[in-house]
Amino acid sequence: MAGEIAIKIEGLTFTYAAGSKPALSDINLEIKRGEYLGIMGLNGAGKTTLGLSINGIVPQSTMGFYEGKVTVEGLDTSTTPVREMARTVGIVFDNPEFQMSQVSAAEEVALGLENLGVPTEEMPPRVSAALATVGLPGFEERSPMGLSGGQQQRLAIASVLAMHPRILFMDEPTSNLDPIGKEEVFELARKLNREDGLTVIVAEHECEVLAAYADRIVVLNEGKIVMIGTPSEVFARGDELAKLGLRVPQATELALDLGGSDKKNLPVTTEEAVKWVEAR
Amino acid sequence: MSDAIIQVKDVRYVYARGAVVALDGISLDVPVGQSLGIVGQNGSGKTTLTKLFNGLLRPTSGSVIVDGRDTAKHSVQEMAGTIGYVFQNPNHQLFASSVAEELAFGPTNMKMSPEEVKAKVEEAFEFFDLGQYRDHHPYRLSFPLRKLVGIASVFTMGPKVFVLDEPTTGQDHQTTRVINRLIHKLSERGSTVICVTHDMPLVADVSERMIVMWNAKMIADGTPKQVFSDTEVMQRTHIAPPQIAQISMQLKARKGKEAVLNVEELAAELGGKKKGGA
Repeated sequence: MAGEIAIKIEGLTFTYAAGSKPALSDINLEIKRGEYLGIMGLNGAGKTTLGLSINGIVPQSTMGFYEGKVTVEGLDTSTTPVREMARTVGIVFDNPEFQMSQVSAAEEVALGLENLGVPTEEMPPRVSAALATVGLPGFEERSPMGLSGGQQQRLAIASVLAMHPRILFMDEPTSNLDPIGKEEVFELARKLNREDGLTVIVAEHECEVLAAYADRIVVLNEGKIVMIGTPSEVFARGDELAKLGLRVPQATELALDLGGSDKKNLPVTTEEAVKWVEAR
Repeated sequence: MSDAIIQVKDVRYVYARGAVVALDGISLDVPVGQSLGIVGQNGSGKTTLTKLFNGLLRPTSGSVIVDGRDTAKHSVQEMAGTIGYVFQNPNHQLFASSVAEELAFGPTNMKMSPEEVKAKVEEAFEFFDLGQYRDHHPYRLSFPLRKLVGIASVFTMGPKVFVLDEPTTGQDHQTTRVINRLIHKLSERGSTVICVTHDMPLVADVSERMIVMWNAKMIADGTPKQVFSDTEVMQRTHIAPPQIAQISMQLKARKGKEAVLNVEELAAELGGKKKGGA
């Protein structure tokens, strides 16, 4: 499976309203199966729109002008019903509370399965398995509202995992969480990626987080892909990123300040920076 | 003691229903003009603590004296002129149809004279550099500008203390930079600024002092340098110091030294430039 393409985006341009600037402009991107891809960019750069184009909400449930083609696990996202796409792509947004609507965690997770028409008797084992995967075993009867932010976000992830997607897109999944919640969510995503082979795509402002987890980073600016590469390749271009209003991890900034110039091997994480400095 | 704008004395706060102890034996003096960061996990007592400052909550035991007044004996309205709250999401706060109206609302509501209101609004336009947007609809502004308008609309009420709730959450770097700069400016003009936040680089940048809340107790109080250097507290509370602080603490050659909070400082300490060194 490794090396195969999970998502292929060709010439994608999307404009929400006539006369306005495109939210996405001529995007070409291939994402491999099992890849962990980070998306960076200022608010309004197109991160969310890109995510929504992967599960078909753009263009199917969104007004606008669409050009190009997005193929996800062989499915054309502009024609495959969004409901069907949910079996392949799970989306988690930044505010877990908005995603909670049911009185128990089990019902919350089952909701998506009902929409897919999964037979009732198949639901309890799938619900329990999904809750266990996200570290909430035995939480079936708990009220979503009584959970911590990190637990709610993991419950939101369980709701999409129960549909057995191959791809997980998370849109700033921890911006409303405290430090413990943030750790929980990113550790879970890493586990799903490494152990279960899920393709993970995360839109995130915190570059330290992307540096620590992502295989590759895409930088969006005004709807266009302006950079793509491994974290050290992208963060080596600190000056260009600064011009776009973005920053690099302090680990990389330190190495650049200390005269580091080997663009392939600049440190991007704390551990790498410590090693790099001590090897000088 | 007289120059503390907020004096929290041995406060305990118990939410009546379910008898949840939210604050347990908190004492804290905030001097006039201090920039204070309050950090801790959700549910640790941070928000409860700040709600005591304007009398929105009153201590179960102990006392809270703000600007010389015991909050137990004054109404929230009376305290509103002293403590200005800025909410996390400006969209929950803004409602007028122009920036000028938005800024005039608070002071008008506080029964300031039209002349005073006008003076306050003009002062805010200048301080926040928002003059060119006075007739704009707040909702048509970019997010960073809306955030500024949110803070400016509290500024015009002339509070001595600004309490900023998660001022940078969910913001991109561009907005964060604008907010950091603004907090410095508020401090420079002598305002007391309290940031309640999970954003540790923000605290490292703007706060002279930080306290850490954990299970209803205050378990650390010091400069950000001191607190981020306290490995035991950081691990116990799962607070991740800014990356540069972590790197500085993990370098063998710096063992036992305090954390460094900015990149230039650590680069200089490490001798800058290339290979070789000591």
